[in-house]
Amino acid sequence: MLYYLPTHEYARIEGNIATIGISEFAAHQLGNVVYVDMPEEDDEVTKGEDFGAIESVKAASDLFSPVSGTVVEVNEALVDNPRLVNEDPMNNWIIKVEMSDPSELEELLSPEAYEKVCEAEKH
Amino acid sequence: MKTTCLHDLHVALGALMSPFGGFDMPIQYAGIEEEHRAVRNACGVFDVSHMGEVAVTGPDAERFVNHIFTNDVREMPDGKILYGMMLHPDGGTVDDLLVYKRGDNDFFLVINAANIDKDVAWIEKNAEGFDVKIDHQSDRWGELAVQGPDAERIMHDVLGIDGSDLTFYTFKTIGDIIVSRTGYTGEDGFEIYADAEKIRGYWQKLIHAGVQPCGLGCRDTLRFEAGLPLYGDELGDDITPLEAGLGIFVKLDKPEFIGREALAAQKASGPARKIVGIEVDGQAIPRHGYEVLDSEGNKVGEVTTGYHSITLDKNIAMALVDAAHAALDTPLQVKVRRKVFPAKVIKKRFYTPNYKK
Repeated sequence: MLYYLPTHEYARIEGNIATIGISEFAAHQLGNVVYVDMPEEDDEVTKGEDFGAIESVKAASDLFSPVSGTVVEVNEALVDNPRLVNEDPMNNWIIKVEMSDPSELEELLSPEAYEKVCEAEKH
Repeated sequence: MKTTCLHDLHVALGALMSPFGGFDMPIQYAGIEEEHRAVRNACGVFDVSHMGEVAVTGPDAERFVNHIFTNDVREMPDGKILYGMMLHPDGGTVDDLLVYKRGDNDFFLVINAANIDKDVAWIEKNAEGFDVKIDHQSDRWGELAVQGPDAERIMHDVLGIDGSDLTFYTFKTIGDIIVSRTGYTGEDGFEIYADAEKIRGYWQKLIHAGVQPCGLGCRDTLRFEAGLPLYGDELGDDITPLEAGLGIFVKLDKPEFIGREALAAQKASGPARKIVGIEVDGQAIPRHGYEVLDSEGNKVGEVTTGYHSITLDKNIAMALVDAAHAALDTPLQVKVRRKVFPAKVIKKRFYTPNYKK
């Protein structure tokens, strides 16, 4: 199952694990990613609060967590090669979180609802 | 929101548009990095029609410009351009600007878009008692910046404008257009001032000839690498040119100008804060407003502009720090969100400009 926040983060759900990254739309809007500021394993994240940031040449954008829980893995490949996010943001995820409250998923956007958010932002 | 005379053409090119200085301006077309490299390696064209223009003429024009401007226009030949600032009486900066000398008592001032209203009011307010005519002309002029090592050839081949006789910071008038060898990128280049119709024609010729359109995104990364200040970052109403390291544009040997006494006192005591260059050790990018700490963790200043430098591939910044921490190689730290990264003071001219002397 795939969910989104209006701030362009996705959460792909497998069992109790949410794999979190940024959408294709956001990766395109940002331009070349030069740094991904990620939390560490075992850090707690909270739904709707920032867990890190993604930086393009122009600006730093906060990353918001779609779910609450504990970070079980960070994508170390992004440390040396942050541009992987541009190339394939759906496969080049940022963190994996063990969810503490899967009922939070009900508040997230479906892919169809998220698509409408992107359309609105395209002017 | 104001627009420039090229607004529809930017939209047609698919530019990412964003507000800057009260105008809806193009931030990027192909991407900041690609546009940045085009200017460093070949040529790019910028719409800078948002800049403001004020003509100052009349019997007291030279005396008046010298009264409001930190640089000295008295020995200027016609066709010369000087960079400098207008100051508040306390030494804070009203704006940084270019002054073009067109003839005896005939000056053309180019000011920042975001400061147009403030500057015009300031100039008019201080003109009391001077026999001058102040003509605010921002609505009548468009402006293009053609920048990069190929700029001279492209000006000639594409626009039929011969700039080979111009050296850095000089200009000439051709009919009703002004062409100057100036820019804000650290590269050789030209700026063209003309009416909207001519500016549109030049822009379309340049784009048709394959010259890279460049947005304000790379204008900022380019000027930053060359150590050039941006009003609002390295200069402001509460930042003096001496704090910004721009003392060579402040002629304290002039008999008088607004802010002179404050700056003379600041020079005697030494500024308490200075703009420095900083290199961060680590992947984090120092951005405007981030805290700069000393090696013990005490706040000693703030980042004014910071980037992952496209040309140098390093994370560098300009920062306004307490003078005690401004010497080259001073160890500092930068707070980037929740983490603190080691940094050190380096020269703020990160990239050596290639000007036509």
